[in-house]
Amino acid sequence: MENESSAHGLDFEAPIVELENRIAELRSFSESSEIDLSGQLEELEKKCEEKKKAIYSHLNPWQRVQIARHPQRPLTSDYLKGFVTDFMELHGDGAYRDDPAIVTGLGRIRGRKVMVVGHRKGKTNPEKVACNFGMPHPEGYRKAIKKMRLAEKFGIPIITFINTAGAFPGIQAEERGQAFVIAKNLQDMASLRVPVISIVIGEGGSGGAIGIGVADRILMMENSYYSVISPEGCAAILWKDASHAPRAAEILKLTSSDLSAFGIVDEVVEEPTGGAHREPMETIRRVEETILRHLDEISDIDPDIRKQQRFEKYMAIGRYADEQQQTIGDQG
Amino acid sequence: MSESTNRDQRPSRRRDMPSGLWTRCPGCTKMIYKSLVVERGNVCPECDFHFPISSDERIRTLCDPDSFVEFLGDLSPADPLDFVARRSYEERVRETREKTGLTEACIVGRATIGELPVVIGVSDSRFLMGSMGSVVGEKIARSIELAREEGSPFIFVSGSGGGARMDEGMFSLMQMAKTSAAIQRLHEAGGLFVSILTNPTMGGAMASFAALGDVILAEPKALIGFAGPTVIKQTINADLPEGFQSSEFNLEHGFIDRVVDRQEMRGTLIRLLAYFCQEA
Repeated sequence: MENESSAHGLDFEAPIVELENRIAELRSFSESSEIDLSGQLEELEKKCEEKKKAIYSHLNPWQRVQIARHPQRPLTSDYLKGFVTDFMELHGDGAYRDDPAIVTGLGRIRGRKVMVVGHRKGKTNPEKVACNFGMPHPEGYRKAIKKMRLAEKFGIPIITFINTAGAFPGIQAEERGQAFVIAKNLQDMASLRVPVISIVIGEGGSGGAIGIGVADRILMMENSYYSVISPEGCAAILWKDASHAPRAAEILKLTSSDLSAFGIVDEVVEEPTGGAHREPMETIRRVEETILRHLDEISDIDPDIRKQQRFEKYMAIGRYADEQQQTIGDQG
Repeated sequence: MSESTNRDQRPSRRRDMPSGLWTRCPGCTKMIYKSLVVERGNVCPECDFHFPISSDERIRTLCDPDSFVEFLGDLSPADPLDFVARRSYEERVRETREKTGLTEACIVGRATIGELPVVIGVSDSRFLMGSMGSVVGEKIARSIELAREEGSPFIFVSGSGGGARMDEGMFSLMQMAKTSAAIQRLHEAGGLFVSILTNPTMGGAMASFAALGDVILAEPKALIGFAGPTVIKQTINADLPEGFQSSEFNLEHGFIDRVVDRQEMRGTLIRLLAYFCQEA
């Protein structure tokens, strides 16, 4: 788990943090002593900016996974506050319980109606515990699809924010049919006639992520990851040791640039230099702009055609060798 | 095109069963007379443990004799991630192919069951634990589409301990959405899907097409669920209750329709197909 006691707990960021601290110190000294240090400050800031660029232009996959999990990284709740107006949360799955690990509700983005569905991780420790660290139980997925069906009924576009380590692996989760609800969501999301946009804002943890992620457009933040298995889980299987997670992150090809190159992700939202956690406001602005642009692009399509295109988009995903160019018809 | 017509002439592939007259049942650990097990469809006469069987054998037990015609048998895995861990994915695939004679972790085709034409697929756990990568996803999705176009029922026998195949990364995860979307189209067209779960059906296979049957049947005592028992144990740091994630557990919690003994499966299918697909 991430060390959350320090504000920026990532090792590879240490040189940046050090410079940032020195700038802060110098600035407060300059203010309290009324000595003009603007020259030195400027120089330090320039140095810091260069350091950020140097480090952030050469991130390895494991470092991106760490940024995706960074405690200061904007969460679904930040995007909600940032650009969703008139938000009204709607609770509950209508069957068992309201799962706080998924938030759903009505709102508007620049005046346009949207149904928002997103993983909720929580900021403070009590919030995190209440949200089960963003790992939903079956009722979370049922809640998500219940609100999506509501949106479908009234022709309201759906935006989903993906940020989960995974669907919770627990006894109750299995008793209440974790596999079955995720499957049902995948099926039902394929049936939707309204526009659906999904954006991976942090962690895209396997079935727990795709369970709210069948969309017309799949977007990813630059420093988010989306993976069939967590790097730790993969390492535990391959090397019987979760501490090999950095190696696993490397081979799983889980970064936004990998998935964009594979054609699985439609667009990558570039983060400010130094990551989303350094400049949340600018990050949120970029996400809003990107979502709106995609919404514009897909809103005018005829609903049945849009649904058909979504189906074809998923049918086309897969890489295999087909030497005979086989079609089923050949068999007669 | 398909080599499946002479499937029956191929050497028997009952590798799961140790050679010799006697075998130890993994279910009850008793030594049992092998021919008794085989006679019962590879089910332990003492404890009802269902031994894993090959996809060929599964087809034989479910379909009308010689009716199965495989399609898409030539699709084979690519290695889109250049996945190399201890060994490369490519090497593991090659080895598995040589060892099992299988091209992938499932076979799909047309057949008749009780003289009714069906599209049927069967996963084979000998091939990388029956896991789903691009090929398995493609075969399943295209079979479902064929069933929809022809108005045939779709039957799939799942057995995947691996779930979504790690070695193909996100391509594997996306097959969950792809197969589920295909099921939705079949559903909208009024087609029937009978999902049969065998030991084990977990992870990405269970959390997609396998869970979406109009009727879901399971062999007794199969492991069926989302997260593997080991992962759950480590996460909650507690022991798991007896029978957790078994077929019977899933029946009790309301997620499957029936637990059906292997020898009753064909008969059950024939009754279901006749009921849903014939007028009278």
